[in-house]
Amino acid sequence: MKIGRRSFLSFVIGGVAGTAITPLPWKLMDDSSIWSQNWPWTPVPPDGEYSQVNSVCTLCPGGCGITVRKVDDRVVKIEGMKGHPINDGGLCLMGLSGLQLLYGPTRVKTPLKRVGKRGEGKWEKISWDEAISEVTKKLADIRSNGESHAVGSIVDSESGTVPNLFKRFLTAYGSPNFMTVPSIQDSYGMTLQLMQGVSAQAGFDAENADFILSFGSGIIDGWGSPVRMFKANSAWKANGKKVVQIEPRLSNTAAKSDKWIPIKPGTEAALALGLANVIITNSLDSKKISQSTGFDSFKKLVQNEYSTDKVSKITGITSATIVSLAKNFARASKPLAICGKGQGSIPGSLNEFMAVHALNALVGNINKDGGVWAVTETDYIKWPKPEMDSIAENGMQKERIDGAGSEYPHTKSLLNRLAEVINSGDGSLEALFVSGANPLYSMPDSKAIKNAFDNVPFIISFSSYMDETASNADLILPNHVYLERYEDVPTLAGLSKPIVGLARPVVKPQFNTKHVGDVVMLIAKALGGGMADAFPWESYEACLKETLGVKWDVLVEKGFEFNGDKCMLEGDFNFYPEAMKSLSDFSPVSVEGSAISYPLILIPYDSIRLANGYIGDPPFAIKAVEDTVLKGKTACVEINPKTGKELGLTEGRYAFLHTPRGKAKVKVHLYEGIMPGIVALPRGLGHTAYDKYLAGKGCNFNELIGPAEDPVSGLDAAWGIRARLTKV
Amino acid sequence: MSTQDDKAKEVSADGVAGPIILFFILGLAASLVFGWVIFPKLLYSQKKQPIDFNHVLHDEAVEEGCESCHFFREDGSFSGIPKLAQCVECHEEAQGEDPNEVKFVEEYVANGREVPWLVYARQPDCVFFSHAAHVKKAEMDCGTCHGHIGESEHSRVYEENRITGYSRDIWGKNISGLKKHTWERMKMDDCAECHTTKEIKTDVETLPWPINWLPRPYEKQTGNQARVKTVKEACFVCHK
Ligand code: SF4
Repeated sequence: MKIGRRSFLSFVIGGVAGTAITPLPWKLMDDSSIWSQNWPWTPVPPDGEYSQVNSVCTLCPGGCGITVRKVDDRVVKIEGMKGHPINDGGLCLMGLSGLQLLYGPTRVKTPLKRVGKRGEGKWEKISWDEAISEVTKKLADIRSNGESHAVGSIVDSESGTVPNLFKRFLTAYGSPNFMTVPSIQDSYGMTLQLMQGVSAQAGFDAENADFILSFGSGIIDGWGSPVRMFKANSAWKANGKKVVQIEPRLSNTAAKSDKWIPIKPGTEAALALGLANVIITNSLDSKKISQSTGFDSFKKLVQNEYSTDKVSKITGITSATIVSLAKNFARASKPLAICGKGQGSIPGSLNEFMAVHALNALVGNINKDGGVWAVTETDYIKWPKPEMDSIAENGMQKERIDGAGSEYPHTKSLLNRLAEVINSGDGSLEALFVSGANPLYSMPDSKAIKNAFDNVPFIISFSSYMDETASNADLILPNHVYLERYEDVPTLAGLSKPIVGLARPVVKPQFNTKHVGDVVMLIAKALGGGMADAFPWESYEACLKETLGVKWDVLVEKGFEFNGDKCMLEGDFNFYPEAMKSLSDFSPVSVEGSAISYPLILIPYDSIRLANGYIGDPPFAIKAVEDTVLKGKTACVEINPKTGKELGLTEGRYAFLHTPRGKAKVKVHLYEGIMPGIVALPRGLGHTAYDKYLAGKGCNFNELIGPAEDPVSGLDAAWGIRARLTKV
Repeated sequence: MSTQDDKAKEVSADGVAGPIILFFILGLAASLVFGWVIFPKLLYSQKKQPIDFNHVLHDEAVEEGCESCHFFREDGSFSGIPKLAQCVECHEEAQGEDPNEVKFVEEYVANGREVPWLVYARQPDCVFFSHAAHVKKAEMDCGTCHGHIGESEHSRVYEENRITGYSRDIWGKNISGLKKHTWERMKMDDCAECHTTKEIKTDVETLPWPINWLPRPYEKQTGNQARVKTVKEACFVCHK
């Protein structure tokens, strides 16, 4: 017997065959997959005792309840709170990624004082005592020079204790310049004021509606209270309710709707009035409502100026579609029309809001189940008016820098006008507080805002994160993040039953930060006199407990409470307020730029995966952005293949996007879902600050557009800007 | 009618076929021995528990049986292996002569150090398991998964998988992955065995149905148990 190559091979083959019938390969396969879960660089929180804390997500105005899972002292997961009236266990991508805002690299860990030039990124760490005395000294100087009105603040909203502490601080100090970040809530508030004579917000009984007509509202792209809207949308789908989406681009919402009707952007108001005309002409309107004030003038307006043919020309929608849409809408048993584009962060044209509201009134769904309710929040903040000395009295007499309440009598705050007022020299600020807002990123025309901020000698940011505004501030007094602090979170966001939730510390502060409420009080106390007296509380927590009174216990136990009422005023609907007269000759809110040098129109779009307000996308969220939106480090613009062909631009090509306000390098994405002649760019990209996961990715839409003042409200109504695409 | 060449081939085939088959069998046998006998020995290291624990003895001494030490906390979570504080309630000082107890008191109790018990049933971190759902709601016996551990007088040797770091109990003593009893294995398949075959009790809400002579078309489940095997987010019930 010879042992040769063949014998050896057969030994090996025998070995292989034998191995296959032992557990070895199968066991090793299983073990190696488990082993790969245990690589030392895979973060695994140490084992410990589990616990859960209920709180509120404050990353957008949605007000979702959250249940935070902890292992010992570490937060490991954020889940939606079961049984919460807004989100009942649901959560959005941002809410899920909240942990990265607590433990991530973008936090400001201690008070910082600028040492280099503004925006240079050179900071000195200082103690809280130094920080507070620095602010106090500056404010005391400004006040003694009689310039108290030249101090302003920009905060995220006007309700809740923290914004009200700022307001109170400014009042006692002597400045009317309390400014808030605008949104469609301002427009809806004003619409209700003008048409129903109530000081209230619009609350939508979306869950009970059976025909939803959306004028570009991103129902599943983050409009209103986002998770609530996802749920409503799923319920509509499950129960066979109809959703019609009107917008120039096939957004996610449009793609999931029953019918998408593309419209020439900016002509939504004309369509609403055209629909009203069909409804009235066919006697499909609610008979009761036709007794209302101004109905006849309204009828005349729509019949004379908004005939179906004319509206078809204005909007680009066929007459047959307009007629059938109007009939279907009016014949539905619980129709509901909503507006406010995308996520609703641009207040929009008041005409459009009034036209859509009139449409709701026509079909008789105001203050009805499945319709629009005028809702008011309970104001649980019952602080006595602060004592004001003569400086404060004087300061409060001065006009606001943004013209709200004077030039625009119905509006409370007009942040969009601030930059222009400062840059044109019509007004100036000596000091500015910024809390819960990132205007340098999120306001239109970032360059102008930056110029304006350069003219404000002293900027104090209370941001927890190194955002664009914080990095351009002189002093950062970092607030605790939402998982580390107490705060009342009143939520309206289109809810038909307003809610107040309690955010509470889930973990102890991770860094040397302080609650913004405490800091405002410390500054006031250090200023002394009437300022100190205006803040009698020992701490923010004491203030919150006292302010909430009996609500406190309920909030601690349940995490939320209903906080408001539906106003039951009926019959005094005004179809034709003064402000509507301008509609007798329809012209859309004009877009900036000449059609010759800028043949295209650029519009923004919102996505639930991109946060575009104060908070930027955390790393998890930015990872979820598709590569037709962000490719590598370049943002993609959507254009119709026809437009692409005309411009000689093919899929994936780099191009320059020019607008009268700026220029950006983009990548081309050819998309059938956008009307020819239009370019769409996502909002929420192009951060220059935050961390390496977010900064430098894509371009900021706000750098390419400027605000357009609505003639009635003064709020920003810009929906797009003229643009040009050129090959690189 | 074979030619010269054919003959030559036959001869050489005869001469080689024997050894080829033999070596094939040798290879087969060697690998079988390796795979079934040697491999498991190499795969697992043998570790001793820090303290040899006698369940029987403890069971006799305590009042409430197993639940004296392994209990549900007020919030419904399960305490698992007792922490030192619990043991200290009785073992502040050594109660007998047993060298194990003396060691326990001297090394751990006196220094306030937790005993680094090796947990036979420890699952990977991606697994979320609720004892309450199984023991309280489904009224299962501890023994269904853990076997007769309560009847042991000594702590078993803890065999640790050198690759994964988990106990051999998860895959099961039998390297082939087969088992005779439910408690001999704790892989996902073993969970699935019950979850796919057993009719699991669920709270059922009967939806209103106006026509009483027709059978009701659907019932809505309000409990969660059936979720594990049915609905779309089923994975996240156990993998959080
Ligand atoms: S919708 Fe808004 S509030 Fe709700 S989880 Fe998402 S970010 Fe938070």
